[in-house]
Amino acid sequence: MRLALPLLVAVAVLFLVSLLTGPAEIGLGRSLAALFAGGEDPVALVMRDIRLPRALLAVMIGASLGLSGAAMQGYLRNPLAEPGLIGVSGSAALGAVLAIQTGLAATFALGLPLAALAGALGGVLLVMALAGPRGTSLTLILGGIAVSSLAGALTALVLNLSPNPFAASEIVFWMMGSLADRSMTHVWLALPLMVVGWALLAGLGRGLDALILGEDAAQAMGIDMARLRLMLVVGTACVVGAGTAVAGAIGFVGLVVPHMLRPLVGAHPGRLLWASALGGAAMVLLADIAVRVILPDRDLKLGVLTALVGAPLFLHLILRLRRERI
Amino acid sequence: MSLVSVNDLGVRLGGRAVFSGVSFEIGTGEVVGLIGPNGAGKTTLMRAVLGLLPFEGSSSLAALPAAERAQLAAWMPQAREIAWPVSVESVVMLGRVPHLGTLQRPGVEDRARVAAALERMELADMRDRPATQLSGGEQARVLIARALAQDTPLLIADEPIAGLDPAHQISTMQSFAALADAGKSVLVSMHDLGLAVRHCTRLILLGEGRVIADGSPGEVLTPERLARVFGISAWYQVTEEGPVYQPLEVLR
Amino acid sequence: MTLVAILVLAMAPMAAAEQTESPPPSDAAPGRVVSMNLCTDLLAMLLAGEGQLWSVSQMSLDPMVSPLVEEARGHEINHGRAEEIFLMRPDLVLANTLSPRSTVAMLERLGIRVEQFAPASTLEDVRDRIMQMGRVLGREEAAQALLARFDARLEALEADEGPRPRAVIYHANGYVSGRGSLSGDILDRAGFENAAHAAGYDSGQVMPLEVLALTDPDLVVTARTYPGGSRSEEVLSHPVVRAFRAGRAGAVIEDQSWVCGTPFVLDAVEDLAEVRRRIAVREGE
Repeated sequence: MRLALPLLVAVAVLFLVSLLTGPAEIGLGRSLAALFAGGEDPVALVMRDIRLPRALLAVMIGASLGLSGAAMQGYLRNPLAEPGLIGVSGSAALGAVLAIQTGLAATFALGLPLAALAGALGGVLLVMALAGPRGTSLTLILGGIAVSSLAGALTALVLNLSPNPFAASEIVFWMMGSLADRSMTHVWLALPLMVVGWALLAGLGRGLDALILGEDAAQAMGIDMARLRLMLVVGTACVVGAGTAVAGAIGFVGLVVPHMLRPLVGAHPGRLLWASALGGAAMVLLADIAVRVILPDRDLKLGVLTALVGAPLFLHLILRLRRERI
Repeated sequence: MSLVSVNDLGVRLGGRAVFSGVSFEIGTGEVVGLIGPNGAGKTTLMRAVLGLLPFEGSSSLAALPAAERAQLAAWMPQAREIAWPVSVESVVMLGRVPHLGTLQRPGVEDRARVAAALERMELADMRDRPATQLSGGEQARVLIARALAQDTPLLIADEPIAGLDPAHQISTMQSFAALADAGKSVLVSMHDLGLAVRHCTRLILLGEGRVIADGSPGEVLTPERLARVFGISAWYQVTEEGPVYQPLEVLR
Repeated sequence: MTLVAILVLAMAPMAAAEQTESPPPSDAAPGRVVSMNLCTDLLAMLLAGEGQLWSVSQMSLDPMVSPLVEEARGHEINHGRAEEIFLMRPDLVLANTLSPRSTVAMLERLGIRVEQFAPASTLEDVRDRIMQMGRVLGREEAAQALLARFDARLEALEADEGPRPRAVIYHANGYVSGRGSLSGDILDRAGFENAAHAAGYDSGQVMPLEVLALTDPDLVVTARTYPGGSRSEEVLSHPVVRAFRAGRAGAVIEDQSWVCGTPFVLDAVEDLAEVRRRIAVREGE
């Protein structure tokens, strides 16, 4: 609990900073007043329809990525498990792209996030089948590479076949993710599935704790492994699918955040869940502020920043795990 | 009163029968040693009794819902698995998981049980150390303490003393005896027949795909059976220091 | 006679009807022309003599971008690839200066004459391109006539004075058209102030959505979205852009009249001028 307060404060502060960051120079007081006062003047429009959804999505997606990363790591007992790295986000992007290009997304409102969920579900199941019940690093990474490259190639194929001339150049968005120019529509699109996913993943704590001792011991302690696996798979697919559908695949958040917070929660997989959710929200908020400060005129992709932080850490983890087991 | 009752139990793995027709009961106050050569199916039998793998026949434990079973029997697998660098105390506290409600946090009684288990396995000094940094033997003791903390009428442990130093092997077996004195029971698989003879109240000899013998150590470990099942000869005597058993030579 | 022709043709819609009546090209003129770019396709279809234009690019068949789909159907279709164009045995290939360098270089190595047309970024450029096309096709007279009609129609459009409302041309991904771009010039000639330029954003630059909101223009002109959907175009249906379009005038860029430096740009000027008159009427109320 000593960790909860600083994390909450960090998320709150970064949320405010995110609301105040943007190319339009609006004073602190004026922007906050416009946020609550309402009305139709341009400042209110900027605050309510541009900056607020962006900050909200950063919190929602960051929490989702941190939570699902911590949950997958706890389940597979492997610190390399992360939705982006093992291709779950990539498969979700494939589902989203298919929904957009086939017109499903335009047919009914939740078509886009549901298609992304289906893609993510396929990705999780495939990786977990490839990695086996106790995902060793080697099988996990190999399975992840296979799934992400397949999903990436199919996404590129769908975009190249699109009648839309812009679509073909958008593989970068789907692979790297961005929160630029999102609206409240996207918040409402992602929120229902995310809430379901959060509820499922948050309920995993005790089971993941018991899994410290292995599946056999956990099962003998009364943990229903089949139910746990189902909650994990569906929960991860819900949050990653919904997030990817509106913001593309943002990698490494689910790797970096649990890794940094693990020592602070005594390595408890259960406590790591909520801590990583808060940490993930803070990290994506921070990254999204940074992309706007570093290159205000262009849409620098969020995934670029998270990868710059995450990839070296990933290499470090691999080197360390090589000594232990692989 | 019987804590577990196993009837005509059989397990097939990959189409091959590991064992079949296994029946026994374990009452209160028993330390039952499960012995047998490598590959006899000791681990498989214990997992089948708990319902952790598919089997034929019946086991009263496996018939229970998972949560109820966890109140009745604790299971310590052979694999010494501790996945994350959590503290020793945290690992032992996991033994309390079956006793906690969904959102309930450990209370005074849980803490007391954990403290007792730590004390019992001489781990009190290292309660705050990351369990993954301990030696193999120390980790084994942590896992035994975890199973003790679950505080069930029956403890099923798969080779808990393998890899422990002699003092801790003896003290662990003494802990099991103490549990039996308190009216609980232990089913423990082991290879050290000397310790088995001294500390178990009863032995079940598994081999040749069935239970070969079930009874007091003296009844089970006859020279003919030792020669036939293990292929060894041994010296066995009930002395003033208690029963002493020493394997001597390989016969084949 | 020339004067009469100008007057008559200025009132007629822009069309390529006269190409069927024109005499065959002179001896110096190329007899078999292949165009591999939409913009040269359109100019060539407007100016070429009977049977002179052999093939046009596939883009000419796309009604989203081509105003001459019917005419294009009367020609062979190419996909801008060196091999297929070479096999057509052209005397002359018409390309854009932005056409793939490798394709153009390959055709030139094979001994085929390639004429490259720079993209037009002003209406003045459109006049040059008309004359350039007339020259390379050996159809100077037809080009002169087309140019005269173009000038007359433009003059009529620009004669309409009035207040200049502030407008932003907003493309996919938030790119704007500033001064020195064809669409920027269309906006200017239609009687609008370019609010993006005034806010410091020029062609090739992204005007962030929130800057657009604070700029608060009288008109937001957006491109029609292509089928299939893309994230780049999603910004055009963002609530902020929608809010601008709902409360005030909105206009949609019909790519077929905006995208190429051809006389069809005057259709775009005309459409926008009509929007401007509507704005003026509303503000007068």
